Amino acid sequence: MECCNITHYIDIPPGVKKLVLAGNPNVGKSIFFNFFTGIYVAVSNYPGTTLDISSGRYQNYAVIDTPGVYGVSSFNDEEIVARDVITSADIVVNIVDAVHLERDLFLTQQIIDMGIPTIVALNMMDEAQKNGLEIDVQKLSEELGVPVIPTVATRGEGLEEVKTRLDQACSGVSSLTSDSNIIERLNDLTRKAGNRAEALLILEGDPHVAEKYNLEPPNYREEIYRKRRERVNSVIDNVVSRVDEGNSFKITLGRLMVRPLTGIPLLLLALYGLYQLVGVFIAQTVVGFTEETFFLGIYEPFIRETVRNLVSPTSLLGKLLIGEFGILTMAITYTFGLLLPLVIGFYLFLALMEDSGYMPRIAALVDRLLTSLGLNGRAIIPMLLGFGCVTMATITTRLLGSTRERIIAIFLLGLAVPCSAQLGVIAGLIAPLGPKYFVIYVLTVFAVYVLAGTFLNKVLPGKSTDLLIDLPPLRLPRLGNVFQKTYIKSRSFIREAGPIFAIGAVFITLMQETGLLAYIQEVVAPITVGWLGLPKETATAFIMGIVRRDFGAAGLNSLLMTPSQTTVSLITITLFVPCIAAMMIMIKERNWREAVAIWFGSWITAFGIGGIVALLL
Amino acid sequence: MTLADVKRGTKFNIKHIPDEVVRAQALRLGISEGAQLICDEKVPGGPVIIKRNLQEIAIGRNLAKNILIEEIN
Repeated sequence: MECCNITHYIDIPPGVKKLVLAGNPNVGKSIFFNFFTGIYVAVSNYPGTTLDISSGRYQNYAVIDTPGVYGVSSFNDEEIVARDVITSADIVVNIVDAVHLERDLFLTQQIIDMGIPTIVALNMMDEAQKNGLEIDVQKLSEELGVPVIPTVATRGEGLEEVKTRLDQACSGVSSLTSDSNIIERLNDLTRKAGNRAEALLILEGDPHVAEKYNLEPPNYREEIYRKRRERVNSVIDNVVSRVDEGNSFKITLGRLMVRPLTGIPLLLLALYGLYQLVGVFIAQTVVGFTEETFFLGIYEPFIRETVRNLVSPTSLLGKLLIGEFGILTMAITYTFGLLLPLVIGFYLFLALMEDSGYMPRIAALVDRLLTSLGLNGRAIIPMLLGFGCVTMATITTRLLGSTRERIIAIFLLGLAVPCSAQLGVIAGLIAPLGPKYFVIYVLTVFAVYVLAGTFLNKVLPGKSTDLLIDLPPLRLPRLGNVFQKTYIKSRSFIREAGPIFAIGAVFITLMQETGLLAYIQEVVAPITVGWLGLPKETATAFIMGIVRRDFGAAGLNSLLMTPSQTTVSLITITLFVPCIAAMMIMIKERNWREAVAIWFGSWITAFGIGGIVALLL
Repeated sequence: MTLADVKRGTKFNIKHIPDEVVRAQALRLGISEGAQLICDEKVPGGPVIIKRNLQEIAIGRNLAKNILIEEIN
């Protein structure tokens, strides 16, 4: 990956200074960004990642936002992007959460050690006060050697002062001056790299930056981090005093969220909220309008009519464009009419959970279960998103700590997590059968999920990473921020997955035209009838399930089956292969071999388990 | 003794964190070898939640078993 120069991606005229906003996650950075840039904001994708960088103008500054990070290095995508933007900065405005100086000042000190002119906005001062913290701002500024401005961004306090004092940004007091060996090496690397910020990262062992200059990274990370930590702790000891115990309700609630006895009911309550928001309101009311009324009712007839004037609808091109699985018909309706509203709903929920500080606590609560599947608590995020769209969830597995965890998570998502499009149809079919069959269905799928995870955890080589996460304080999320996050994530999902759905549509049309679809149907028939004991027409439903999982489930709708047959067919279709778009994302995210292994693994598991349940019922 | 053996409400010092990457991440979040911490919560069979001032960190049980600590009385 080309490294470390963001000016290729963001248009910055000569003579304009780069002002970079940096800070830990959820410190209120976006309020500062909006305050500086107003409404004229450019959002550009950062190559090689799903992350977007926002940039805008303020006077003679190009203002660039960065993802929230705890430090600058290359532990994950967020850090890589933040690293490249920060190292190219002329000025950094570092936003710091006053309640969490221990955590936040590490990044501040790292930026100062890079020698970049910095100004610190000490945000959430109101909350620090409520928590009984007294911070000597003047002293903090002296210790760090850079201007520190107390702010309460949500109420607009202090923002104007940050603007007017931008020209006072300066390079502060380094934490490394006491070690002559490190300073000597840093100076040497600064000569080679041409700037101190990148020299420091090389010295901290960052492989990408070292490679840029053809240098072997010397690993002084631990030594430097230790010095920095000592320095930060001593600064904090000098400037912060606790006057009282502060507000304890949030602390109590935070504890109740991680204790299983209270945490599980709270989690179920949150999931019920998710169900009401996405499963009921969006999947029924909103999608009823967007898919049925708008795309199927107005858009598709219009586009068919338009294209028909140019291309014969019975030609191959006509079928590719506007046929049953056409790019302009099915792919567009599916992506924008059905998936987009659902994806927005899920991302909205996720943003609320993240910004309130509840998500990391759920991760802590479910860590034990997920550890036994070779994952850790953080995998709850892709797993939850999988109930929205497996394609979206597969992309999100990038946040997991190792390749091993990604393989397990992607396999489980493809195998046993039914996506929202399918869930609706499944629920509609199983509900009339009564609680007995519902319980059989849920238990079977859950058992397969746990067994498959346990099995993969046993057979895959290597070791999964352990949970190590920051539990931020509980806060009421700011809606503006939540909507912005939802918008950015939904937008990048559509950009990433949209073309995949179009390619999938082409693929299916070709399969149908060449007779491959009919051929597979023939091959599958003996298994569906002989082994699963289902009517032979179910084969069609399974084949449709290869295309879109909800097509598969919906195909079962029209068949006359006994309750046992319905249950068997639903279990089989749930465990059956991921849809074609999810498959393509798996190939993209992993590789051909693994994707094909998952695909055939799903065939075997689905028909194997389906047959066993059929024998038992 | 290890972090997994610590009881809720106990104060302790971190003696040793085994993995280099984990050490780096812990240092960033404010936890260094020698730091004085308090065990805020233990999820049964799950993570240990430790605290320094207002900073809380959840550490998976398996990792906690490999972190050496010393109780402070």
